[in-house]
Amino acid sequence: MTSEKSTMIEFKDVHKYYGDYHALRGITATIRAGEFFSLLGPSGCGKTTLLRTIAGFEGISSGVVMIDGKDMEGVPANVRPTNMVFQSYAIFPHLTVAQNVGFGLRKDPRSKAEKAQAVTEALEMVGLKGYGDRAAHALSGGQRQRVALARALILKPKVLLLDEPLSALDKKMREQMQMELIKLQRQVGITFILVTHDQEEALVMSDRIAVMFDGEVAQLADPETLYRRPNSRKVADFIGTMNFLPAKILSESGGMVEVEAEGFGKLSLSAEQVSGANSGGASVGFRPETLTILFDGQTATDRESMAVVEEVVYYGDMTYYDIKLDGSAAAIRLSMRNVFGRPVLDIGARARVAWSAGALVLFR
Amino acid sequence: MKGGWFKSYTIVYLVFLYAPILLLPLFAFNNATTVAFPLEGFTTKWFGQLWTEPALHKALKNSLIIAVSSAVISTMLGIFAARASTRYRFPFKAPLMGLIMLPLVLPEVIVAVALLAVLLGLGVSLSIFTVILGHVLVCTPFAIAILSSAFQSLDQSLEEASYDLGESAVSTFRLIILPLVMPGIISALLITFTISLDEFIIAFFLAGNENTLPVYILGQFRFPQNIPVIMALGTILVCLSIALLATAEYFRRRGIAKTGGKDTGGFL
Repeated sequence: MTSEKSTMIEFKDVHKYYGDYHALRGITATIRAGEFFSLLGPSGCGKTTLLRTIAGFEGISSGVVMIDGKDMEGVPANVRPTNMVFQSYAIFPHLTVAQNVGFGLRKDPRSKAEKAQAVTEALEMVGLKGYGDRAAHALSGGQRQRVALARALILKPKVLLLDEPLSALDKKMREQMQMELIKLQRQVGITFILVTHDQEEALVMSDRIAVMFDGEVAQLADPETLYRRPNSRKVADFIGTMNFLPAKILSESGGMVEVEAEGFGKLSLSAEQVSGANSGGASVGFRPETLTILFDGQTATDRESMAVVEEVVYYGDMTYYDIKLDGSAAAIRLSMRNVFGRPVLDIGARARVAWSAGALVLFR
Repeated sequence: MKGGWFKSYTIVYLVFLYAPILLLPLFAFNNATTVAFPLEGFTTKWFGQLWTEPALHKALKNSLIIAVSSAVISTMLGIFAARASTRYRFPFKAPLMGLIMLPLVLPEVIVAVALLAVLLGLGVSLSIFTVILGHVLVCTPFAIAILSSAFQSLDQSLEEASYDLGESAVSTFRLIILPLVMPGIISALLITFTISLDEFIIAFFLAGNENTLPVYILGQFRFPQNIPVIMALGTILVCLSIALLATAEYFRRRGIAKTGGKDTGGFL
């Protein structure tokens, strides 16, 4: 979907200090034109700071930030080809919805009627047709969000910056806005850069994601790669749930790694399953849905182990089991889709568990 | 009966607070030169006498010039200080702001004497300008206190949004910041105007030959026959004060209603 697109934003060894505090530690990354890009990380990781260096609200201590091939050094926020949707939405409370949306058109040379038309179209685009005359402060959270979007998009920026725009909404509204944002982005084709601490949101919405920890980009990849092949145990832990089993590397040869993992026994993994750093010895990691409990009459297509059920968490559509594999003390979380007619196991039950070596990642 | 006690306490308190003021119009319309019961009959002659006192007119004019100037200058200074203290970080911010706010608690008589000594030492002749100087000194902390809360409640991302949408720092101040802090500015203007208008000590020390209204009023008490005229003047001032406060409250509430803010209580 995002192949062979030109570069929109380029960071070259960007550093940012606040006094002694090193907020950005050598960010080098490229964001392509027209992609939905997310900066994901825990609070204090520098993602918002990085976003604000694009907008021009934060200067950088060293390095280069380029937008559409131009160095942004010394270019103030009000002339950059970016617009921002703020976390607080920053809707001007003393203006109407239409005045808010048309705020950026003040110096636009078009006629009054043309500008009014543009405002109407922008409101229509975000699903607020007919709201123009309302007082901005009387809107709900979701509506403010839409006004903020319309206000930014009406200027047709090269890049739209979104600073945790959905964090103030309730779950249903958030999921709805996620879908709307994705559709909107495809419709307008503008590069969207989203800052979020919600890994699920990043996975759902993004073409590519940069996971950030402590002012550095830990991994930059598309959502599937990030989920299936996290390049470190830290990234794996942050994105979704990942189980870890202590492992010993027996031998490496010809692109294959022989491993002995607790509870799984001897395994042979391909080189592309080998991931980056893990402090404190090697381990194999796998997602909860890559394990399956086998019921009577079912057989494993690949490998099979015995386990005991320690905890059962029933979610309606899913059941999560915390299990322990025979021969391992590590707590493993396993998720099963609940199928009609299939029983939910009890705590203490013995179970056969099917798994596949291909779904494992080796952290060394 | 706890509630009963509280009720009577409240009534006594309010009577104590407002009964003297209610006596003002009573004696202003009383046809007698002495302020005493029983009342002698209705007259408006004391109000008529107000028009024939040139010294009073001069004092009133001086007071208005001083109050308007002090209000405008101290509110301007208040805007700068409030903006600086809520938006920027600079060295020694806390002690600096503390020093600026100090005149709020300094005894005015000390300030007045100190100013007088300095002005005389510099060879500056006393006039309404020296009174304005002194009033700005005591009014500015009030203006800063009122405006700081107005600036503080301003979300910084509103400013950033305005820059982001192409506006400069100057146009952002005009289009976003100023309209949103306007209720605070009006409040500050009215409060500082009122403080300056009835300020006595500094005016007494620094006015030289120029009387202000409070100084004039105190002077009139040497002549017992003038007391009903003062009552009439007082009646007019009370009515004007009420009108002024009502106007201020109107603007404050309108500002809140317009921006959808929560009413945290004004001075009424």
